[in-house]
This record gives sequence, structure tokens and C-alpha cells, in this order.
Amino acid sequence: MADRIRVNPITCEAHGMCAELLPEMITLDDWGYPIVDGRPVPRELVEHARRAVKSCPKFALLIEDKRD
Amino acid sequence: MSENGSSGGLPRLLAGISPSGALTFDQHLEIHGELPVSRRRERNGSAALIDQIERAGLLGRGGASFPTALKLRAVASARGRPVVVINAAEGEPASLKDRTLIQSLPHLALDGATVAAAALGAEEIILCVGSRRSVFDSAAQAIGERQQLLGSSPRLRLAQVPDRYVSGQESALVNHLNGGEAKPTFTPPMPFQSGVRGCPTLVSNAETFAHIGLIARHGPEWFRSIGTASQPGSALVTLTGPLAYPGVYEIEHGTSLASLIDAAGGLSSRVSAVLCGGYSGVWIDGGQLDALSLSNEDLAPYGGSLGPGVVLLLSEQACPVSETARLARWLASESTRQCGPCIHGLDTIATVIERVRVAKGERGSGQHLARLVSMTRGRGACAHPDGAVNVLASAFEVFSEEFVSHSRYGRCEACELPPELPYPGVRQARADTLVPAG
Ligand code: SF4
Ligand code: SF4
Repeated sequence: MADRIRVNPITCEAHGMCAELLPEMITLDDWGYPIVDGRPVPRELVEHARRAVKSCPKFALLIEDKRD
Repeated sequence: MSENGSSGGLPRLLAGISPSGALTFDQHLEIHGELPVSRRRERNGSAALIDQIERAGLLGRGGASFPTALKLRAVASARGRPVVVINAAEGEPASLKDRTLIQSLPHLALDGATVAAAALGAEEIILCVGSRRSVFDSAAQAIGERQQLLGSSPRLRLAQVPDRYVSGQESALVNHLNGGEAKPTFTPPMPFQSGVRGCPTLVSNAETFAHIGLIARHGPEWFRSIGTASQPGSALVTLTGPLAYPGVYEIEHGTSLASLIDAAGGLSSRVSAVLCGGYSGVWIDGGQLDALSLSNEDLAPYGGSLGPGVVLLLSEQACPVSETARLARWLASESTRQCGPCIHGLDTIATVIERVRVAKGERGSGQHLARLVSMTRGRGACAHPDGAVNVLASAFEVFSEEFVSHSRYGRCEACELPPELPYPGVRQARADTLVPAG
């Protein structure tokens, strides 16, 4: 079991909040849309990841439980 | 059982195809025999069919080559009464096989859907076609015939889908059938979990259903008696290019491209490259023409697959840079404009390619394109941007010399020629005929 971050690219409107709250795992592309690091969220970042998810104004960021 | 059925050879799907019109239900049954459909819908009634399809090794023919048995199993194990959707939307401009099937041999796919519906306990089959009148009419006629002879269970419905590249994407199709736009939705839920009216929905390509109907009649061993071990059976291929008879052919997986070209009357000009798998496929250098065989495993070393069975031969006269620039612009225009990276990525890539074509590119355009390709890949709600950047990246590689020359000297004479790659609504020097050969 591993939690991974995923963006819903349809609802995301490139507010970029997520990249500020979780720069370790999210960078922005040339147009301001988040590029998420596909690795499982490391334990020390879980709190930050949750905060980023909660702060996305479009509810476009999710943590998915994906089996490897 | 018909002779065609017992021998296992070709033609299978295209048996009896006639240029003068669709086969009637009677003619169809004469060629293929009665369809064995269990009338009883027992619990676990799907297990026998799934087992048969699994042993046959049938892979989906919409482009992704996904094992059909896995899809059936996913639908069978979801909660609720399933719906069966035959996907003949065929948004791929270089493909004619699904419209050929529905226009000329409509009962093949309907057979397969009937078998699947009976096994899954579905009461409704929806046949989705594009806007072509002849295809729609033939589908409507076939549905009418069956309803008269077989009654109204399962219900057969005909739906028309907008002629866009992404319309046939599974979630787009489901969204359209649910009254929304024919645009992909974020998944999950996948259609097998929640599709038409929220029911578990089996969406498969028309050719896939056609094979299911024949496997139900003749069994998995018959199906596997031709083709390759990992890709058994036959496939419909749309062959386009400088040929005497371009059109739709039925091949055995693993057939050499050279023999298919022979069947199409041979080449009327030299070929600079082969596009395998359609507008989300890959370009392969024309120098490999004689070495190519048509199966996913044979094409894998080139990074390709047969996809929806599209093989397009680019003539040596064509300007590959112009063709790529047009393809890039068209792919960008087919974005459903829901996802930022798809909108901006494909648009920017098309713009940079056009600048290179006319020698207005910045220094380092090659690296810029490579960066844009990796920035765009994998970032949409559907696979459109991935397919688009893959086919374009393969063009940069195969046509690298031409790109370098254009970046220096700009337009060439061949730039003025009409496009060889087909686009919907663009008149083409291309025969749109159906060729019943194998
Ligand atoms: S905060 Fe939400 S809307 Fe903004 S870029 Fe991140 S995912 Fe997209
Ligand atoms: S990735 Fe592109 S084509 Fe696919 S849903 Fe998003 S915008 Fe539409």
C-alpha cells in the first residue's frame, strides 16, 4: 500500500497553491500546472501532502491509495 | 457449420463482404452459422464466456490491445446490471475498419455484443457510430432486422457520436451516452464500475465484438489457429499510401507488411516511412519496410504497436516536416481543452514545429521540443496527449534530417503538395474503397 498524489487535470486551474505547500513533490510546468512526483508520499511529508490537498481551491488534488 | 468456420483460415471477418451493400441477417447466418447464445441467464453465466475469450487470447481492437477477458471479468464482477456498448465511433482519421464492419457486415459486431450481453445478464446493447449516413443507415437496418427476428431482448439502441478524435475514448463515450459532452471524464470511476446510467458498462471496439461472435461459434482453438502466440487471430487493417488498392484488409497477426502491400497491388512510389498504429502510433523508417511484420511483438522494437490496425505509408514525394506540422496542429485542435497541460503542451509543440518548418525556430528548438514532449506526456485526463507526443517524437527521430534541413533553409518544394495524411473533411487523393482481400 502506498499513497500517491494525483491531480485531476480537468478541474485543476493552475492556482499553484499545491506547489507552494508541497514543493518537495510538486513543481509547476511552463503554464503553471502542477507536475506531481509519482513516488509514494514519504512519511515525513504526509502532513504537508494532506494540507496541500485541503488547500486546493478546486479540490483537484488527491491522495490515492495505489498498490504497487 | 460453414466451411469458413472449420478451416480457421482467412477471410474470417470479411467473409462474404460485398461492395453492393450490407449483408442481411440471413446472408450473415448462411456464412457464419447460427449464433450459440445461452438463453438462460444463470448466476455466474459469464464464467464460460470469459473462460473462452481468455483461452482465445483476444486483445481489444480499439488501439490499446487490452485483454478482452479481463475487461469482461471486471464488468461481470461489478455491482449492478451491466450495459454493453459497441464502439464504432472510429475517430481515428486513418482508420476505416469499424465503419467498414458496420456498413458492410453489421451483424458480426451485433453477434458478439449479443453473446456478451447474454453472458453478463445485460438487457441493453448500444451501438455507437459516427456521423456517416451510410454507416448509420446500415446499423439501423441491421438492428431492425434483428428485432423483428429475435424480439426485443436485449434492447438494441443506436447512438451517434460526434466525429472527433477523442469521442470514442471510453469515458467520453459513456459521458455522451449519459447526456453529457463526448469528452473524457476523470477516472475512476471507470466505465466498468459506473458507466451508462451508473451501470457497469462494457465498452469495446466493434471489431473486438466481431471476434467474440466468431469465437462463440468456433471456439478458442479455432481462433488461435492463426496469428502469433501473444496476439492470436486475425485483424482488420486499414492500409493507406501510394498503392493500387488502399483499403481495409483482414490479415493474420504476424503477416509481413510486404505481403500486405502485394495484396494491395504493390507500391506505385517509394515509401519514406511507415506510420503504424494511427495518429497515436509511431513512425518507422521506410528502410525497414521489407523487415516489418504486423503484430505488436514485431513492432515493439520500434516502440510501436498495431494499435487500431492502421498502417500508413508515406510516399517519398511528401514533405515529412509539413506532414508532421499539420499532424501536430490537428492533434492540438482535437484536444477537448479540459486539461491545461494538454491544451498548452500540444499547442506549443505545434507552434514550435511550424516555426522550425519555415526556418523561424529559435536555436535549440530540438531540445525545446524534447522538453515539451516530456512535460506534456502523462498529464491529461485521457491518453490523448500521450499518444500525440509519442507520434510526434517518433517523427522527430525518423525525419531528423528533414527537420534539420527545414530549420536551416525553411520551406521545400514538397511543402506545397496536398496532405498525404488523411483528415476528416479534407479531400484527399485516396480511394475510400473496401477491399475484401486477405
Ligand atoms: S492548488 Fe489545485 S488548482 Fe491549484 S495548481 Fe494545485 S491542483 Fe491545480
Ligand atoms: S487530456 Fe486533452 S483530450 Fe484528454 S480530456 Fe484532457 S484536454 Fe481532453
